[in-house]
Amino acid sequence: MNDGWRALDDFLRTDPRDVGCAEAVEMLHIYAELVAAGEPAEQRYPGIAAHLRACGPCGEDFEGLLAAIRGGAG
Amino acid sequence: MVNESPGTATRLDPESAEWLEALAGTGRVQEAALARLHALLVRIARGEVRRRGPRLRITGPELDDLACQAAADALLAITGKIRQFRGESRFTTWAYRFVILEVSVKIGQHFWRYPTVPLDAEDWGRLPDRFGFDPARQAEWRDLLAALHRAVDTQLSPRQRQVFVAIVLNHVPLDTLVIELGSSRGAIYKMMFDARRKLRAALAANGYMGQDTAESS
Repeated sequence: MNDGWRALDDFLRTDPRDVGCAEAVEMLHIYAELVAAGEPAEQRYPGIAAHLRACGPCGEDFEGLLAAIRGGAG
Repeated sequence: MVNESPGTATRLDPESAEWLEALAGTGRVQEAALARLHALLVRIARGEVRRRGPRLRITGPELDDLACQAAADALLAITGKIRQFRGESRFTTWAYRFVILEVSVKIGQHFWRYPTVPLDAEDWGRLPDRFGFDPARQAEWRDLLAALHRAVDTQLSPRQRQVFVAIVLNHVPLDTLVIELGSSRGAIYKMMFDARRKLRAALAANGYMGQDTAESS
């Protein structure tokens, strides 16, 4: 499978565990703190993990929040 | 889509408790806490727009203005919702979430005011590049993308098609589309989620692609 096929295949793949934007955003601080602490966040919240993989904007927010936590503000 | 409900409230860490006490205080104590929180939010917002900046084509004072607006709006949201904080994370992490989300909203608003592509443009010639298909190997993917185009035209509802064209062909940021359509991020995402499932099913039915698998990542 070349890159285009793989990218299209990934794009069209949907995961029924996906919780959607509202719940992912609601839980984002909890999930990001678990990830920052090295805890198995994906195992604990598979539906949020599935959503963050598939949703560009929520994934971007998650990366931003993680960067903020790791930036050591406080 | 499934539901993963939040956990129950937990005991506050000392730093979070200190934040809450100061913000719930009065007079100078509260003013100082608000000023400290605002400064923190501005710093986080600036860091976030710098992180996203290279992909945004927004620079200089405009980007900093966007960060300051996001911090100001986040501070309002935080003070308005502070009673909803249940100690499931540090207070600062909970607060950062607001400012990160506000940065996304401000970026969405920016591209709504200054669109780089007309939202209703429809150039299907962009599709191969969108997914990284190699032009030199067109013979291998031409039929697949023609089938995808047909499925978009025949399987999607008019609204799903509109969202697909805007996001996939025109690279309209989802948060910009939210403003344009007067919708929500969740509603647009769900529309695309259902569209993606329909398109895969159509391509699978014609032998171009395998069926979806629930557990794949």
